[in-house]
Amino acid sequence: MSLLDLVAEARRSGDLSALEGSTPYNKFMNIAPENSTGELLTRMRYDRQLIGNIMLPALHGGTIGALLESAAIFQVLWEIETIAIPKIITITVDYLRSGRPVDTLARAVLTKQGRRVVNVAVEAWQDDRARPIASANAHFLISPRDRDD
Amino acid sequence: MSDKPDRKIYEQAFSDAIPQNKALGLEVVEVARGRGVLRLPWKQELVGNPETGVIHGGAITTMLDACCGMAVATMLQTPQPFATLDLRIDYVRPATKGEAVIAEAECYRITSNVAFTRAFAHHGDRSDPIAAASGTFMLATKGASRIKEPLIKADDGKGDGA
Repeated sequence: MSLLDLVAEARRSGDLSALEGSTPYNKFMNIAPENSTGELLTRMRYDRQLIGNIMLPALHGGTIGALLESAAIFQVLWEIETIAIPKIITITVDYLRSGRPVDTLARAVLTKQGRRVVNVAVEAWQDDRARPIASANAHFLISPRDRDD
Repeated sequence: MSDKPDRKIYEQAFSDAIPQNKALGLEVVEVARGRGVLRLPWKQELVGNPETGVIHGGAITTMLDACCGMAVATMLQTPQPFATLDLRIDYVRPATKGEAVIAEAECYRITSNVAFTRAFAHHGDRSDPIAAASGTFMLATKGASRIKEPLIKADDGKGDGA
């Protein structure tokens, strides 16, 4: 089943767990959306291979960027009925705190949706949501399903 | 060139000793003062869009972050831990299925607190980039440095033009 079909299915059932491992990269990174609390969160489950600094230890900055980007994509797919997977144009990540070797969660919010481009703001945190470890802004190119079709 | 550092040292420091770089399969291609080149072979497990076989942006992000970090390391006269402060990536065009990605980074300015970098990712032709990055790094962050000796000696490589 394609990713878009999986999203459509998840939207019907209200259960996002079907999206777990929906792309090889997300499976490799243990990144998956969840909505058990009623809001769409994306979790990156801790694994030793995510480490970038073995001395601290701390998560690799790139993996946090990957989580933020994935959370943004899931949010776009969830909120906008697109006919193709949204394409990332730009992402800017601010690293606020070092990522400890535990699970990391991310929440994305669509800041502005245009006809072709959507702007998404994302935040990632670990134990304490009030102390984010990173935030990002991203632009995606979208192909929304035309409601007049 | 007298400032040509031993590629093996970098291979060890940036690929083998960093679990995420190793998991991705990042290979060190080239290092010089202020410059780093990495290679990411295409792998099925890095695919972000199963219908097209295109590598996920996250893998490209990690590669560019690592490459910029490597360029920073070549500029340090005293080895010290450092961390990404911010990173902007422009995804210019999708990577091609089955093809390795090359990232080239330059650390063009270093101060006592911050290092400034930029990078491009491509499939071998620099004039046809896949992604462009601009990253800043905070120097002397907490923790101990894994590397004890400067990777490139301070008196080497001035005006090397890389």
